[in-house]
Amino acid sequence: MVLGKGASSSLSRKMVDGAEDMVSNCNDFTVLVVDDDPVIRKLHDMHLKKFGLSAQVVENGKTAVDLCHFGATFNLILMDKEMPIMDGVEATKELRAMGVNSLIVGVTSRDSQYETQAFMEAGLDFCFEKPLTADKISFILQELNKKN
Amino acid sequence: MGRNRLQHQVACMRRSLFDQGFLDEQFIQLEELQDDASPNFVQEIVTLFYTDSARLIQNIEQALNNGPIDFSKLDDYMHQFKGSSSSIGAKKVTDECKVFREYCSAENAQGCIRTFQQVKQEYAILRRKLEVYFQMVRQADVAHTP
Repeated sequence: MVLGKGASSSLSRKMVDGAEDMVSNCNDFTVLVVDDDPVIRKLHDMHLKKFGLSAQVVENGKTAVDLCHFGATFNLILMDKEMPIMDGVEATKELRAMGVNSLIVGVTSRDSQYETQAFMEAGLDFCFEKPLTADKISFILQELNKKN
Repeated sequence: MGRNRLQHQVACMRRSLFDQGFLDEQFIQLEELQDDASPNFVQEIVTLFYTDSARLIQNIEQALNNGPIDFSKLDDYMHQFKGSSSSIGAKKVTDECKVFREYCSAENAQGCIRTFQQVKQEYAILRRKLEVYFQMVRQADVAHTP
């Protein structure tokens, strides 16, 4: 099995079909996962590892904004909607106002189309229902490749 | 007991968890993420769910039992809990959460209290079943065919 760049384990990581091509294009991509649910953080982190990506994970929108404010840059931000301290809508607005042009993908379990629309209007590039699946991650990374 | 027989038992138990509606396809997503580098991923994330959700259960309990019910706050807690339970494929738990949220939306306190008992029951049943399942998986992994 081909290991993704940056993988530190000597054990083989089973990669998803097509991931090798995607990794060869995006193995320098930096990712930020913003979610207050530790189960979702672990799940999304693992999904990204399958594509050879390591993510930084934070618990709320304010931490994400602070990171970017202090100079951190990310190619991709996976942003949960409902979070304490600062939610995904507010964080996305602030990031865009700061000039952050990362691909920002919202993840929400809210059923309401109205709420999803409000989240999109905050500045998302895409919005998906959580949890993300391998297919959705694959789509996101294809978009990331196009953008970069 | 031979490894093959243990593995057969594991497969049967796994099948029954899906057939009886305790788990859905999201659990399969977890299994597909598990590999040699993370051989216990499924058990780790299920354990994380039960550890983290204990806090939410307590919050909901308090919100239901202490004074006039704040349905908006209750809905927020249950929304979080439902999101977490659905992410590990806990189908029956998630289904009861949806019923709870409908009662919440209707501001039906008795409905919420009654349904919350169902949520907790399904949550506990699934926990026990998964503990047995993971124990069987471990036994099958370490067993050697005589």
